[in-house]
Amino acid sequence: MTEHSHLGNQLAVELHGITKRFPGVIANHDIELLVRPGTIHAIVGENGAGKSTLMKTLYGMHQPDEGTITVNGNLVQFKTPTDAIAAGIGMVHQHFMLADNLTITENIILGDEPVDGRGRIKFKEARERIETLMKSLGATFDPNTNVSELGVGQRQRVEILKVLYRGAKILILDEPTAVLVPQEVDELFTTLKRLVADGATVIFISHKLDEVLAYCDEITVIRQGTTVAHTTPSQVNRRSLAELMVGSDLPDPSGRETKIGTDVRLQVTGLNLAGEIVGAKLALEDINVAVHSGEIVGIAGVEGNGQFELCESILGLRTILSGSISVCGQELSHAETRERINMGLSYIPFDRHREGLLLDAPLWENTFLGREENSSLTNGPFISRSKIESDCRSIIDRFGVLTPSEQVPAFALSGGNQQKLVVGREMASDPKVLLAAHPTRGVDVGAQAAIWDELRHARDNGLGVLLISADLEELIGLSDRILVMFDGRVTAHLDPATATPEMLGTYMTGEEQGVAQ
Amino acid sequence: MKSQRLQRMAVTSASSLLAVFVALCICAVILLITGKDPIEAYKTLFGAAGDTKVLQGALNRATPLMISAAAVAIGFKMNLFNIGVEGQMRVSLLATAVAGAAIRLPAPLHVLFCLIVAMATGALWAAFAGWLKVKRGVNEVISTIMLNFVALSLVAWAFDSFFRVESTTGSLLVKTKELPTSAWFPDIVDRRLNGMFFIAVLVLVLFYVLVWKTKFGFQLRASGANPGASRVTGVNPKRMIMISMLLSGALAGLVGMRALLGDVHAYQNNLAEQQGFNGIAVALLGRNHPLGIFISALLFGYLGEASGRLQLIDIPKEITTIMTGIIVLAVVIINEAVKRWDDRRIQHKAALALEAVAVPA
Repeated sequence: MTEHSHLGNQLAVELHGITKRFPGVIANHDIELLVRPGTIHAIVGENGAGKSTLMKTLYGMHQPDEGTITVNGNLVQFKTPTDAIAAGIGMVHQHFMLADNLTITENIILGDEPVDGRGRIKFKEARERIETLMKSLGATFDPNTNVSELGVGQRQRVEILKVLYRGAKILILDEPTAVLVPQEVDELFTTLKRLVADGATVIFISHKLDEVLAYCDEITVIRQGTTVAHTTPSQVNRRSLAELMVGSDLPDPSGRETKIGTDVRLQVTGLNLAGEIVGAKLALEDINVAVHSGEIVGIAGVEGNGQFELCESILGLRTILSGSISVCGQELSHAETRERINMGLSYIPFDRHREGLLLDAPLWENTFLGREENSSLTNGPFISRSKIESDCRSIIDRFGVLTPSEQVPAFALSGGNQQKLVVGREMASDPKVLLAAHPTRGVDVGAQAAIWDELRHARDNGLGVLLISADLEELIGLSDRILVMFDGRVTAHLDPATATPEMLGTYMTGEEQGVAQ
Repeated sequence: MKSQRLQRMAVTSASSLLAVFVALCICAVILLITGKDPIEAYKTLFGAAGDTKVLQGALNRATPLMISAAAVAIGFKMNLFNIGVEGQMRVSLLATAVAGAAIRLPAPLHVLFCLIVAMATGALWAAFAGWLKVKRGVNEVISTIMLNFVALSLVAWAFDSFFRVESTTGSLLVKTKELPTSAWFPDIVDRRLNGMFFIAVLVLVLFYVLVWKTKFGFQLRASGANPGASRVTGVNPKRMIMISMLLSGALAGLVGMRALLGDVHAYQNNLAEQQGFNGIAVALLGRNHPLGIFISALLFGYLGEASGRLQLIDIPKEITTIMTGIIVLAVVIINEAVKRWDDRRIQHKAALALEAVAVPA
């Protein structure tokens, strides 16, 4: 498996003048990419810069309009991913494509099963091959384990095995670390280093600069659809690389001039919430959180450790077992959701598509959503379309939502602009308390800066914010205090002035608990 | 930016028209296969439009279709598929026929009383399905279909056991006791077009105002479009389900009133048959919009009325039933295809508009 010919200076992948147009947009133009064999080559750029489009071109998911692709010195044209796989290219997608109820072996051979003359799957042979591959990766799990029992990092390794099993020598990893905690990132790169040492080539797509600088051999920067720089980690630092990516000055989450107020805006005391299944452990256990006016309290945690349930409990969408919730001193533990919202509670939901937007409806209806009690937008029981539209226009202006008008349906906007619209709507009613779940998830750097600015501005005006985020730098930069949630409990209180992403990672995985000062 | 809305409306209407056209073509092929001349058939079918009597009849037939389509559409707006309009209508028909015949009131009040009884009983029957969904999570498609059977049998039994009166004219049709004339809904054109037509138009206007112009209507549409998003804004989904089922059932109760109050004046077994089901087709073709429902109901009413003419040239009138069915299928398929195309068009247009703004900057 490890035999590979030394090809001297021949490049593993060579892209020249790649241009890909979609109707109305040029996703890629004049891309130049040179990847040397046996390296980890990072492709960095902000969201929407065109990284994914480029990788889809290389993986044969669509054809470029102009330009050439050369793999191992041969000029190629990929009509489908099958052609790319045949040329030794494999792709590990950001979203795992694994069947939970099958074993690791079954998942890996799925769609490429070795069969004998009578059509039976040769499991033994497959397993042996997989075990050899696993050894070369340094993976230690049993190939007969069900995938449902694996953690995120292990699942990712199975995805990599899937690609290797199909004979890939050039691996494309699309933002592989987005779902990992810092420790898992370390493990991933250890794996990748082994692969590269065995002669594979890794193309690593990311916008996380620290890991790119720490682990990659070469870097190509994409900005606004084209390659703007080719460099190595020794030639750049974090700041200069980021500036190459953004093309201008960088946003920074930190900074505050005002003092935290003394009045408590949100008080959660002794909150317990039953689990989904009767008799199961509590979904939330003895949660105590207080948010003062002008304060941002950050909640760190791997997704699924109770953050979602905490928001739903505060909003009154779930019936709590015990404990109390109050907003601005008003006890609201058993109030209806609407009542809580009218008290000044606001919510940027976890998933803007599922809980934030009416995708088919025009923007003005979207900014009206949840604000039906706002008398400046209605005439008695009737909605006032003209007032809502002008309100929507002012949200669009204030938050820099890029849109032709307030009449276009929400699905026509890019993700970043959709998010800005949701944030804008939630801030428009001058809330007292904001529950912000991943307020900048999946948005570009420009939109991120705009949203951070608005959060800071509102905070300086006395807004209390409960910030839930997977972006640890955002958490550390914006928060005045950080709580770590693990397994439905608050397991640590950290000071953002001294916290580091690695430290947060340790707490998030439940390895450590308590107060760090 | 009003033009954007008009464009969307034009695209929607065009796709419905296309569906009707496709259905006509398919029916032409069916006619050809059965050895009939489609051109002659269509000439006869649409040539009848010159006849005032046919047009009056078309409006008369459109009356219950408009109401039952509105009943279906108000459910659709909330993502509820009320297939039970037929059953809700049947329950309210018998209840109204019996209650209306049992009391004496001056004319306008008596009619009003009958309409209120009809709406109340229709809503009550629909409330079962709503209650099952809210309390037990039973899919409303299943429960309303099942409740249709229950309603049909229950009404037939109650009618047969308690409320039938022997015919005095020697007719074989058994009916309930006839309503006093004070409960009759007056005709606009004698025996051709009943005044319930205005009630149907009023229903569509109120439907439009309620769903598109009020806060409640906005919440209804929002919970239909994205239940998750409206839930986090504090709209109680169970309450919305219950309210829209009640509204839908109340309208369903009105569907049979043209036949009962405006025509037969007593309950009989085949009264207003199928009018609850036909509303589903009208709502689909009309895209759940009052204006679309109005036009579709007129089309279906016209096809029903003019189909009699076909028999004169030896073409079975059932061809219009087939046509109705094919129109519905074509609508569902073509609407989906057109919507995808239009969504892409809008997205590209938005992207282009932004590029145009971005370039000079």
